[in-house]
Amino acid sequence: MKLRRLIGFNLLTAVILGVIGFYVGWWLGTLFKGPSIDYLGDTQQNDVSLFIGYFTGVLGFLVGLGFANYPVQRMLGKPASLRAKETEGKARYFGLCTDHKVVGIQYLIGIGAFIFIGGLNAMLIRYELITPNQHAWNGNNYLTLVGLHGTMMMGMMTSGILGPFANYLVPIMIGARRMAFPRIEALTFWLLMAAGAILMTAIAFGGFPTGWTGYAPLIDQANMGVDAYIAFFAIVGLSMCLLGLNMVATVITMRAPGMTWGRLPIFVWGQFSTAILMLLAPPVLISTLLMVMLDRTAQTGFFNDQIGGSSYLYENLFWFFGHPEVYILALPGMGILLEILPVFTRKPLWGYKLAVSGLMGIALLSWLVWQHHLFMSGINADLRPFYMLSTELISLPTGFIFICALGTLWAGRIRLTSPMLFCLAWLFNFLIGGLSGVFLSDVPSDVTTHGSFFSMAHFHYTIMGALLFSFFGGIYFWLPKMTGIKLNERLAKAHFWVMFIAFNSTFGPLLVIGFLGMPRRAVTYAGYLQGANTWVSVSAFFLGGSMLIFLFNFVWSLVFVREPAGDNPWNSKSIEWQLPSPVPVHNFDRIPTFGPDPYPYGHAGSDAIPPRPAVAPTRHTQ
Amino acid sequence: MSSSAAAGNRRTHALRIAALTVIATAIALPLVIFVLGPNMPPGKDTTAGVSQVFDNTVLLVVMTPFTMFILIFILYTVLAFRVRPGDDDQRDGAPIRGHMPSQIAWLATTTAAVLFLAIFGSAELLASNGSGGGEGPKPIAKPSGSAFQVQVIGQQWEFTYRYPSYGGVETAQLVLPVGQEIEFHVTSLDAVHSFWAYELGVKADANPGVDNVAFVKVKKQGTFQIRCAELCGLWHGYMFDTGRVVSQSQFATWIAGQQKTFAGSQQYLPKYSLTYTPDPQDRAG
Repeated sequence: MKLRRLIGFNLLTAVILGVIGFYVGWWLGTLFKGPSIDYLGDTQQNDVSLFIGYFTGVLGFLVGLGFANYPVQRMLGKPASLRAKETEGKARYFGLCTDHKVVGIQYLIGIGAFIFIGGLNAMLIRYELITPNQHAWNGNNYLTLVGLHGTMMMGMMTSGILGPFANYLVPIMIGARRMAFPRIEALTFWLLMAAGAILMTAIAFGGFPTGWTGYAPLIDQANMGVDAYIAFFAIVGLSMCLLGLNMVATVITMRAPGMTWGRLPIFVWGQFSTAILMLLAPPVLISTLLMVMLDRTAQTGFFNDQIGGSSYLYENLFWFFGHPEVYILALPGMGILLEILPVFTRKPLWGYKLAVSGLMGIALLSWLVWQHHLFMSGINADLRPFYMLSTELISLPTGFIFICALGTLWAGRIRLTSPMLFCLAWLFNFLIGGLSGVFLSDVPSDVTTHGSFFSMAHFHYTIMGALLFSFFGGIYFWLPKMTGIKLNERLAKAHFWVMFIAFNSTFGPLLVIGFLGMPRRAVTYAGYLQGANTWVSVSAFFLGGSMLIFLFNFVWSLVFVREPAGDNPWNSKSIEWQLPSPVPVHNFDRIPTFGPDPYPYGHAGSDAIPPRPAVAPTRHTQ
Repeated sequence: MSSSAAAGNRRTHALRIAALTVIATAIALPLVIFVLGPNMPPGKDTTAGVSQVFDNTVLLVVMTPFTMFILIFILYTVLAFRVRPGDDDQRDGAPIRGHMPSQIAWLATTTAAVLFLAIFGSAELLASNGSGGGEGPKPIAKPSGSAFQVQVIGQQWEFTYRYPSYGGVETAQLVLPVGQEIEFHVTSLDAVHSFWAYELGVKADANPGVDNVAFVKVKKQGTFQIRCAELCGLWHGYMFDTGRVVSQSQFATWIAGQQKTFAGSQQYLPKYSLTYTPDPQDRAG
């Protein structure tokens, strides 16, 4: 019976239990609700029920997936397996699976879907901004779109590279068969999916007007829709934190014989430095959101200055998390960039140690700069020179990344494949992003640019222009390895050129529009900016359209054409390309031993690709 | 190709890149200083504006050579070293793993630029005219001499203004006397707003319970736009206004008129103070 196969611990059960859990939680919440808690008193809003509903819903979802099986079986004294579904077959993609490669592909599809939704929101925002006056959405819907776009992208893209690529590749690159905590690895993915679904329910509860930053006291005052934002970000924070923990533990403890720190591929360094930030930054976010949750339900007043709190406290805490967060978005892309460049220049990475210190330097400095988001807020004005200095200091390690990329291009044999094009675009976009950042870091200059479209365009250059470009570079580069199937290169290049040109034609003018005095998140703007804004909107639609080229390519190549990619279509010398495509369930027959050089290009007399890595007697019997 | 010939070739390439960078910078710098710079925002009608235009120009000047070098390097290497159709695309490039002199040179140049930017920015900030940004209740960068105080109150979703030297009269319009040092005191009654007077070169967040001070001296009569630059809820997009800068005598007439108009309602206002504590607010969109 086919129907019987739907019964069990899988996505279907999880969704059903998730919905049931939500309603059970909602009912529980109504028992708590009383006049003493509903301090605002003037509404029919029931935040207590909603919060409890969200969390019981997530709990039901996880139980449905089978996360409770292992602990329950152990408690009952029955034999239990830590591993789940480490086999072949399609069913493993629709449930709890502890194979790091399956989780990687799950992440790719799951995050991809939410990024697509976030992108659609951006299209709707740009549709409104075609004219200076409000014409498409009402004020609340517009702000909800802005908030959903920002929150969805910030929440999902933080794991946008660590989720799919690092989960898939890091164990292979360090010669391990799995991540350090395979069940936690699966948990991070499913938490993220549950969070994404929660954020979408904001629409059902009236949307939220706070943007992705959720400044207090606006967030205390906002209606019930903002609870979805709070629950979403708290759960995403948990997922990020666990993902970071898992990645740090894996890189520290799971390296194969010979894989010393100085031999780690730079991609692994990129993910490792990010993972440290991911482990340390989100706890601040989670506790901040917990305080907001208490403010909204129990009138604790952490952030409400009329009852003893401070709006500055929220801003400080949010950006103390928020600034490492933006480097969580930047660093993994640098890892991809520096990993792909050697393959298509057929050269070793130039300045390996410099690149590593660049990555770690950025990770360290990212903790010291958060108050540059508050230059105009009046907070602690005598510290502004310090934050100006620390912010500008970040351009030093960032400069390391640039010089290493340039050095790798130097005297290489450059092949302009689609992943390489995305990497070159990364360099261009991040250059613009970094230079525009200098205006924001300089206090007198920041007076104009702060909170304007300039700062918005700046971080789109660094996040979309860098992270999303390296994300696509990574997809075109590694998808043949993950699936064993080639993507159409012609369509890939078409995608690249449309995306690159449309991206710059969207966000380049936005830098100027910001300089000319257009504030962020405003549904109206001054009439003299209409021409520029219409241009930007049309470009943005092309930018959105370029994603359709990608989707078409993805479906066409993977579902209909299915041209085998072979084990090593790019003639790379990295270890993942010496394995069969797709990589078999337990990665290696035997744990490999690594030689001294992660980038063995250009060795005298060895122009050919070396044989598969030498194998040592198996030490680990994982 | 023998390796020494290849090295010689590479030297030629390096020299070409250096030459192109110098030429491009030499062309770009005058354009930046004389064409782009003076047109940088927010315009030169106020003291804060002048200092910001100067700052923006200096930043552009520092960035120009780096930008030129990186762009030219990428373009040149991609064109010069790319594998052409028919070439053997399996052959490896030169196994260069680093080059200490260039690494040190890069580190030295970028460090110098960064330190210059930080020192220059701090000096500008602490100089009395780098104070258009909100500095909180105890400003460290102050213009010398006495200043004319104007309070800006942000509330959902408009700005109102009080003039303490005229009995704390509250008006819905911002009118400023020309040629006078102005001391803005920005505060909020509810959410966080941001008072952004674009042409003045002033931006200061309006936080509830906080007095945020910014200074400016306007040199020219005219109008300027005011927008809220911090998301403050449903009608954030409509929180804008136009301010006017008028002569001293026009200002005196205007403020006298305002005092007369609002004399009746003045008694219902709270006494002028740097911050206000309204009742806890109800929920709104």
